[in-house]
Amino acid sequence: MPESLTKFIFGRLTLESLPLHEPIVVVTFIVVALGGLAVLGAITYFRLWGYLWREWFTSVDHKKIGIMYMALGLLMLLRGFSDAIMMRLQQAIAFNGSEGYLNAHHYDQIFTAHGVIMIFFVAMPFVTGLMNFVVPLQIGARDVSFPFLNNFSFWMTVGGAILVMASLFVGEFARTGWLAYPPLSGINYSPDVGVDYYIWALQVAGVGTTLSGINLICTIIKMRAPGMTMMRMPVFTWTSLCTNVLIVASFPVLTAVLTLLALDRYVGTNFFTNDFGGNPMMYVNLIWIWGHPEVYILILPLFGVFSEVTSTFSGKRLFGYTSMVYATIVITILSYLVWLHHFFTMGSGASVNSFFGITTMIISIPTGAKIFNWLFTMYRGRIRFELPMMWTVAFMLTFVVGGMTGVLLAVPPADFVLHNSLFLIAHFHNVIIGGVLFGLFAGIAYWWPKAFGFKLDPFWGKVSFWCWVLGFWFAFMPLYILGLMGVTRRMRVFDDPSLQIWFVIAAFGAVLIACGIAAFLVQIFVSIRKRAELVDVTGDPWDGRTLEWSTSSPPPAYNFAFTPIIRDNDAWWDMKKAGYRRPLSGFRPIHMPKNTGTGVILAAFSVALGFGLIWYIWWLAALSFVCLIATAIGHTFNYHRDFDIPASEVAQTEEARTTLLVAEGVRA
Amino acid sequence: MKRSGALLLFPLAVLLSGCDFVVLAPAGDVAVQQRDLLVVSTLLMLLIILPVMVLTVLFAWRYRQSSTTATYTPDWDHSTKLELVIWAAPLLVIICLGALTWLGTHLLDPYRRIDRIEAGQPVTQNHKPLRVEVVALDWKWLFIYPDYGIASVNELAAPVNQPIDFRITSSTVMNSFYIPALAGQIYAMPGMETKLHAVVNRPGTYTGFSANYSGAGFSGMRFAFHGLSDQAFGEWVAQTKNAQGTLSRETYLELERPSENEPVRHYASVDPDLYGAILNLCVERGKMCMNEMMSIDAKGGLGLAGVRNTLPLQYDKLARRGAVFGSGPSYVASICTAEEAAAASRAARNDDDRGWPLRDLSPLRGVGLLAPGAGSRRADAGAPSLGLLRFEL
Repeated sequence: MPESLTKFIFGRLTLESLPLHEPIVVVTFIVVALGGLAVLGAITYFRLWGYLWREWFTSVDHKKIGIMYMALGLLMLLRGFSDAIMMRLQQAIAFNGSEGYLNAHHYDQIFTAHGVIMIFFVAMPFVTGLMNFVVPLQIGARDVSFPFLNNFSFWMTVGGAILVMASLFVGEFARTGWLAYPPLSGINYSPDVGVDYYIWALQVAGVGTTLSGINLICTIIKMRAPGMTMMRMPVFTWTSLCTNVLIVASFPVLTAVLTLLALDRYVGTNFFTNDFGGNPMMYVNLIWIWGHPEVYILILPLFGVFSEVTSTFSGKRLFGYTSMVYATIVITILSYLVWLHHFFTMGSGASVNSFFGITTMIISIPTGAKIFNWLFTMYRGRIRFELPMMWTVAFMLTFVVGGMTGVLLAVPPADFVLHNSLFLIAHFHNVIIGGVLFGLFAGIAYWWPKAFGFKLDPFWGKVSFWCWVLGFWFAFMPLYILGLMGVTRRMRVFDDPSLQIWFVIAAFGAVLIACGIAAFLVQIFVSIRKRAELVDVTGDPWDGRTLEWSTSSPPPAYNFAFTPIIRDNDAWWDMKKAGYRRPLSGFRPIHMPKNTGTGVILAAFSVALGFGLIWYIWWLAALSFVCLIATAIGHTFNYHRDFDIPASEVAQTEEARTTLLVAEGVRA
Repeated sequence: MKRSGALLLFPLAVLLSGCDFVVLAPAGDVAVQQRDLLVVSTLLMLLIILPVMVLTVLFAWRYRQSSTTATYTPDWDHSTKLELVIWAAPLLVIICLGALTWLGTHLLDPYRRIDRIEAGQPVTQNHKPLRVEVVALDWKWLFIYPDYGIASVNELAAPVNQPIDFRITSSTVMNSFYIPALAGQIYAMPGMETKLHAVVNRPGTYTGFSANYSGAGFSGMRFAFHGLSDQAFGEWVAQTKNAQGTLSRETYLELERPSENEPVRHYASVDPDLYGAILNLCVERGKMCMNEMMSIDAKGGLGLAGVRNTLPLQYDKLARRGAVFGSGPSYVASICTAEEAAAASRAARNDDDRGWPLRDLSPLRGVGLLAPGAGSRRADAGAPSLGLLRFEL
C-alpha cells in the first residue's frame, strides 16, 4: 500500500504506536484483555446482553444511571489506584543511583494519568452518581427533569473514560501533569498524541458533566414535591444544587480553555505559545478558574452526605440547618474568588497575592461552621456507630488537618516555600481522600440498602474502613514531612538517601489502601452472597429522616406512587411522627419517560470523533461528526418518548410491597 | 501502657531527628521569615483545630448509643449563642491570620529589595547586591553574573550576608527556581522575567532545583548553591575566570538543547547581551527581539505589513524536543490584495507580467524594518483591504 494511502486511512497511527516494547504495558494489556474477554464471555454465556441493553444501557431511570455512574467510578478507581501504587513503588526504590523501574517516558504519563483519572473519572462519576440516585428521591420526584439527557450525559462520561483507557494501549497519555500547562503541553514540546488524548477525553466527558449539571439544577428547582420550599430541602439536595451551579458556571471555562489549547495544537494559533504574543500564564489562570471551583464541586455533595449521616445516626435534627445552607452558599460564591492561590509564585504583586490569600482563608469560616454544626448535631444525640457514621467521624478528624494545611498554603509567604512540594500533595490528598472519598464510602454504605434492598456486610466494611484510614495516615503523613524537607512533587529519582525511609513508609500506606480497596470489593461480593441475611424490607433500615426512606428498597421505577406533601425539612421523620400510613388504593396511571439507545450511539460517535482527531484520521473525524449531528437531529423526530404505567400495574407493585411488609410484621 | 506508647513513638523520634528539615531550619533570612510565618499561622490555627478534634472524640464517645447516662434531645437543633460562637471563633482567627498575611506578603514580596541582612542588621549602602541572571534550560540551570562577566551551569555561588538580586527566565517551558535554604520559589517562564531578592546568612552548600515539572529530565534539574565567605567567593570568581569556555550566542544555542543530568560547567566570559537576548527570544541571528516588536507595536505597529513579519518572530521550533513528527507549520509569509492575487495568477497563467509586479517574498528582518511599499503599492500598508492571504508551507 502506498504511504500516502496508509497515512490517509490511519493518520499518524502506526504499528509503532502500540507500546509493544513496554513490558509493563503489554502485561497490563494481556491482563485487561483476558479479564475483559472473561466478562464479555460471561455476559454472552448467560445471555445478558439483551437484559443489559434494555434494562441498563438505554435506561433513563435516574436510579439506574446513578448506579452505572458509581460502577464506572469504581472501575476507574482501580485504574487510578494502580497508577498511584506504581508511583509510590518507583519513588520508594529510586535511590542511590537506582533509576527505579520506570523510565521518565512512562513515569510522567503515570502521574498525569493518575491525576486526570482520579478527578475526572473517579471522583466526578462517584459524586454525579450519588446525586443522580439520591436527589430525585429526596425531593419526591419521579425522575430528573430531562431523563434522556441524563442517559446521554452518563455515556459521554463513559466515552471520555474510554479515550483515557485507550491511551494506555494505543499510543500514550500526556506527560504534562494533570492540568497540562503550556508551553509544555503545546505542539512544540509535546508533539505526540498524549496531550490530544487528554484534550479530547476531557472535552467528551465535559459535555456529559455540564449537561448533567444543567439537568440536576432544573430538577431541584422545578421538581420538588409540593410543600418543599427551598429552606425545607434536605441538606444533601442543597449541596447538590450548589455543586451543580458550580459545574454549570465553571465547566464551560474548561471547555473553552481546552479548545484554545486544541486550536494551538491543531491549527497553529498562538494563544499559549511563547512566540507571536501567546501567553501561557493566561492558560494557568483560565484552567484554575475552572480548577478551583472543581474541588468544591467534589467536596460540597459530600458535606451534604455527612450532614444526612450525622443527623440520621445521631437520631437528632441537624443542628443549625439555616447556617448550614448559608455556609454552603457562601462557599459556592467564594470558590470563584480564590483561583489565584494555585500560583502565588507566578509573579503577581503582593496586593494581588494577599487578596487571594485572604479570600481563601475566608472560605475556612463557613467550612469551620459546618464542622461545628456536625459536632453539635452529635452533641446530646444517640449515636449509632454504623459504617456511615464511622466514616463521618474519621472524616471530621482527618479533614480538619487537611483544612489547616490548606489555610497554611493560602498564606503566600508560606506557599512560596511549600508550593509544588510534597506538603501540597499531602494537603490535597488529605482533603480529597479524607473528605471526598470518606464521604463517598459513607454515602455508599448509607444508600446501598436503598438502591438494592439489602445492607452492606458490616465486617468487611470495617476491615475496609480501618485499612483506608490507617493507610491514608501512613501514606500521606510522610509526604507532609518530606515537604518540610524541601522535596518537590513529580520527581522520579532522588539523590538524598535519608529521604528513602519516608517514601518506604508512604508506599506501605499505599499497600494498606490497596487492602482497603480489596476489602471494599470483598464487602460488595460478600453482601451480595449474604443478601438474604442482610435484606431490608422496610425501605427504612437506618430510621431515616428524609423522603428517600419513605419508599421501598429498591424503589419502584416511579419512585413514589403518590407525590408526598412536605411539611418539614426532615420530611419522612415528620411523616413518621404524624403516624403516616401508606395509601393502599386509589392509584392512577403514572406518566414515565421511555428508554432510548440514542445516548449510547451519540457517545460512541463522540469517541470515534475524538479518536479520529487524536490520530489525525480526518475521514473518521469528519464521518463521525456528521453521524453525530445526524443522529442528534434524527432523535428530535422521535415522538415516542413516554408511556404510562397503568394504574393496575402500580397497584400490583404496591400490593406486593404490602404483602412483604405484612410478612415482616411491619405496619404497612 | 504509657511506657509502651512511648516506646512506639521512639522510632519515630529517631527517624525525625535524622531529617534535614530545610524548610523549618533555612540558612537565609528571607526563608527564615517565611518559616516564622508558617509556624505562627500553624499555631494560630491549632487554636481552633485542636478543640474541634478533642470535642469530636469526646462527643462521639459521650453520646454513643450504649451510653445510658448521656442526655438525648432529639429535637434540639438551634442555639443563637452557639451559632454566634461557631461563626465568630473562626472569624477571629482568620482576622488575625489575614492581617499577618497582608503584612507578611508585602514584606516578603520576592520583587521587593530586602531591607535587612538578618534580624537587627539592616541593609546599608555598604551592601552592594550581587546580581545573578538565572535561565532555566532543558534540563539544567544557567547562572550569569553580569558584574563579573562569568557564567556557570548547575552551580550557583554567592557571598554570605550580601543581598542577591535574581533575574529569572526560562528558555522553553515553565520551571520554578527554588533553593529551600535561601528563599521561597518563583516561576521561571520563557519570554518573561521574574525577580527574587534574598540573602544567605550561613556559609555552606545547599540544594537548589526546579519545583515545577518541565519534562523528561526534570528530576535531574538540580544544582548546588554555595554560600561562601567574601574571600572564598573571590576565589570562586577567579577560578571561574580561569575556566576554558566562553558563552557566546553560538555556544548558548548548543547548551540550550535538551540534555539531562548535566555536570557543573564554568564560563570565563559571557556575551553581555546574552541574557537580554534569551529573555526576548532572539538569541538566534535574524530573530526579532520581543522588546523591539513591543516598542514598534507601542508606536502603532506596522499595520497590515506587520502580518508579513512572522518568520523572524517565530521562536518555538516545531518538535523542539527532538520528536520526529510533522513538517513545519504554515504561516503568513506575505500578503497581497485581491488585484495582486489575480494579477499573480494571470502572470502565472500566461507568463505575462503586465499586471502587478510580484513582490519580493523574503520576510522583513530585525530592527529598522523596510518601509512597506518598496516595490508594492502603498494601499496595503494603511487601509484594510480584502486581501488574500497567501500561505507558504
